[in-house]
Amino acid sequence: MDGKFKKIVIDNSDTIVHMWLDEVDSLKDGNYTSSISDELFENTNREFVNVIFSSIQKQGASISLEEFSEKLINLGWPLSYITDGLQVFRRVTVDYILSQSDQVDSTYISNVLKSVDMWVEPIIRQLVNEYSGSWEHIVSLQRVALQELSAPLIPVMDSITVMPLIGTIDTERAKLIMENLLEGVIRHNAEVVLIDITGVPVVDTMVAHHIIQAAEAVRLIGSTCILVGIRPEIAQTIVNLGIDLGKFPTKSSLRKGFTAALEITNRKVVDLDGKEESIGRMLDSLNGE
Amino acid sequence: MGLQSCVNINKEWDIVGARQMGRDIAREIGFGTVDQARIATAISELARNIYLYAETGQICFEVIDNINQKGISMIAIDSGPGIRDISQVMEDGFSTSGGLGAGLPGVKRLMDDFDIKSEEGKGTEIRALKWVR
Repeated sequence: MDGKFKKIVIDNSDTIVHMWLDEVDSLKDGNYTSSISDELFENTNREFVNVIFSSIQKQGASISLEEFSEKLINLGWPLSYITDGLQVFRRVTVDYILSQSDQVDSTYISNVLKSVDMWVEPIIRQLVNEYSGSWEHIVSLQRVALQELSAPLIPVMDSITVMPLIGTIDTERAKLIMENLLEGVIRHNAEVVLIDITGVPVVDTMVAHHIIQAAEAVRLIGSTCILVGIRPEIAQTIVNLGIDLGKFPTKSSLRKGFTAALEITNRKVVDLDGKEESIGRMLDSLNGE
Repeated sequence: MGLQSCVNINKEWDIVGARQMGRDIAREIGFGTVDQARIATAISELARNIYLYAETGQICFEVIDNINQKGISMIAIDSGPGIRDISQVMEDGFSTSGGLGAGLPGVKRLMDDFDIKSEEGKGTEIRALKWVR
């Protein structure tokens, strides 16, 4: 049976391709592909249908299928283009085979459906796998990139280091912060560490708890931790939550924190008459904007 | 009552999603930055409680638009272990997970209205409401 259907389809591939192209073209309007030029759309459709037919002929996965999916992924076309296209192909092919047959009963129809499904399914499976594989790859790369950004420690000058935190702090990141902080304090021989939370959107009890623990751990190894960059709205929520941050010094900005750090280490910024501000400018640039 | 939108909490990053959605809604209704931060923090606490204790649950937001006032209502629902002694968890400094124990009482202080229902072994439902001033 299967061989017979296949023969019908392959012998009449031109007609089926034609029907398919018409159907897919009608999907284009007001759909995902409306921003794609007609020429590219047509070429891709032709390539797509060739890939489908070559895969049916060869029975199962083929290299052209892999190349095609790679190309679509690179072009950034939606997965729905492929699933829609194959759905249309299934419909058109079943219709065509049925219209070419003389006696049609329910077993015949179910045989046709089964055969066509068997041709289309491996293609769908492989294309969807390629797509999700590429997404997973991107996500894992981004996770690595995020991790690299997550807890940097900057030695600004002798015995003063800064850890600027930007973005959401989750459990994993909190652990990294603690580790990097302690390791960095020892390595740079820092007396004062400034933790800057200007870029942390929300300070809830979990984040506060981790910061308190980190500060306490820094205190245990003999250094001082100053929490800087507390925005007014964050200060209010911390008070509302009833979190006690009284165990270590806090400052509103990195600039003030840095001045305090200098005081702790018995230093201060001195203007060199006239062409002073080299340190002041450095502080400004540290301050973010 | 306005439309309701929900966020499922299954993993830690869903907390961020819930927070983001709550903050967006709050901004739309016209909350100031301080109240936005309060709302985001409250959502963060509720969502984290779901993630920590019940593992899965839902946070739903509703915009309340009366004649004289507007507000956001959030409902955190889970079918986790429930809370045995509600008055105990509403005390400052009580925590079973080694945290600060400021979460629930903190949320109550951050919001204008707070209601908690819980049954041991069945789950917890917390409603919190904040009016635009």
